[in-house]
Amino acid sequence: MKLTATEIEIAEILEKDARLTNEDVAKMMDLSTEQTAEIIKKLENEKIIVRYVTLVDWTKIEGHQGVTAMIDVKVTPKRDVGFNDVAERIYRYNEVNSVYLMSGTYDLSVVIEGKTVNEVAHFVSQKLSTIDGVISTTTHFVLKKFKHDGTLYDSDDNKDKRIVVSP
Amino acid sequence: MALKTSYLANHVRTLKPSGIRRFFDATAGMTGVISLGVGEPDFVTPWNVREAAIQSLEDGYTSYTANAGIPALREEIANYMNDYFCVSYKPESEIIVTVGASEAIDIALRAILNPGEEVLVVEPCFVSYAPLVTMAGGVPVTVQASAENQFKIHPEQLERAVTDRTKAIMICSPNNPTGAMLSREEMLRIAAFAKAHDLLILSDEIYAELVYDDIYTSFAALEGMRERTILVSGFSKDLAMTGWRLGFVCAPEEITQGMLKIHQYAIMCASTMAQHAGLEGLKNGRKDVNEMRKSYRQRRNYIVESLNEMGLSCHRPEGAFYTFPSIRSTGLSSEDFAHRLLENEKVVVVPGNAFGESGEGYVRCSYATSMAQLQEAMTRMRRFIAQL
Repeated sequence: MKLTATEIEIAEILEKDARLTNEDVAKMMDLSTEQTAEIIKKLENEKIIVRYVTLVDWTKIEGHQGVTAMIDVKVTPKRDVGFNDVAERIYRYNEVNSVYLMSGTYDLSVVIEGKTVNEVAHFVSQKLSTIDGVISTTTHFVLKKFKHDGTLYDSDDNKDKRIVVSP
Repeated sequence: MALKTSYLANHVRTLKPSGIRRFFDATAGMTGVISLGVGEPDFVTPWNVREAAIQSLEDGYTSYTANAGIPALREEIANYMNDYFCVSYKPESEIIVTVGASEAIDIALRAILNPGEEVLVVEPCFVSYAPLVTMAGGVPVTVQASAENQFKIHPEQLERAVTDRTKAIMICSPNNPTGAMLSREEMLRIAAFAKAHDLLILSDEIYAELVYDDIYTSFAALEGMRERTILVSGFSKDLAMTGWRLGFVCAPEEITQGMLKIHQYAIMCASTMAQHAGLEGLKNGRKDVNEMRKSYRQRRNYIVESLNEMGLSCHRPEGAFYTFPSIRSTGLSSEDFAHRLLENEKVVVVPGNAFGESGEGYVRCSYATSMAQLQEAMTRMRRFIAQL
């Protein structure tokens, strides 16, 4: 669907900070609050705004358990449905965070979150690799998150290093 | 032999320190301060630009450059001025790369002023203009742009201030501290005035890229004005490179060669690694500039609306990243307002009178700070005004 430049800019603003109120977004865009609310509603209804998310740095929480794995999956595509059928079978699992169809040496990139390495390993060997059409899997565990969705995790780069008053 | 009471030259001893500096001292040691007092971008220099400087060091570019700057950089500045502002300058003789736009203003004034010659300085303006005229041996004649006229100067006011000793007019548009930008028509009227009195225009165009509603026109692009314009600009504001101290000045050959003499004796050349960074910025920085401009525009709209809502009337600035709201409704002077706001709510704004007497009754609020910080600053200012 075609959007106006204003509608696109509102989507961009909310993608950066979903907690801005309609009033604030209206001010930023020089629109009335009603106009803004209407555009946001439209973006939501059209599923252009799919969901509002919060990035949490779980590693800061003591005792937190969690691992993320990125798995390269090779698949035999099926007649008529291509990769969709296998992708569906994979993404329906709650453990699966994302599934992408990739260009290159493998077909699907699957991101899985689990409590422990064992849990993820169990999922890959018992669930993922047994799906009809999956030829092979290569699992990579994430060791540290530096930057995610354009945001730096815990970096000095985020600090304002300017002096307080300057001409 | 007894020591003299002062070894300072008279004109330096009587030079007033910048009002901004005083305010900076007042914030020393405070924590939890939100500053709207910063005259520079909140962005860090784009990484490809920083990387170019690092690469230049790795490649061993650590020596002096040509006085006027690396030829490739001057070439790129010439292309940029031509592509974006429709003015053409010869890279080999009409462009000098300077240590920030500040140096450019300084050498321009020193190059053109005979002792006692006058310069019309349109206030409110950047703090250095009048002092630099004085230091160059000239006499600053201030002309006050007023809020009633959206802080834009009217040629009639200039007409009243001009004498047979007047040599030049200094103008900054979009303006620091007011954010006001002259329209093409207003510029044409000032240009006609300059021609009628045979004056130079020293045009500080450092904010030319940070314009939000209109198309920017350079003074040098107006008909017949290239020959009487000294165009000052730089990399600080649009490419977020304030700390690199990199600017440039473009002017007709005779004036440029005059400025170059001063530049070569006083400075030699701008920092080599900064020049390499600037070259990368001009070549590949446009996408970043566009992103930053968009973000500034959103924040400008937000802060103007918020200030007006809380009763601090504020015109909508067309460019730069400053708003200049009136604080007259509070009954406080600019200085009192700024000091009490700092004490009570730890929000820094700069008193308008630091930029000239017509700035009294106003404060400068920079919106080059994150939306989250701006929101908090607006909340605190609303609370401050409510309890006055």
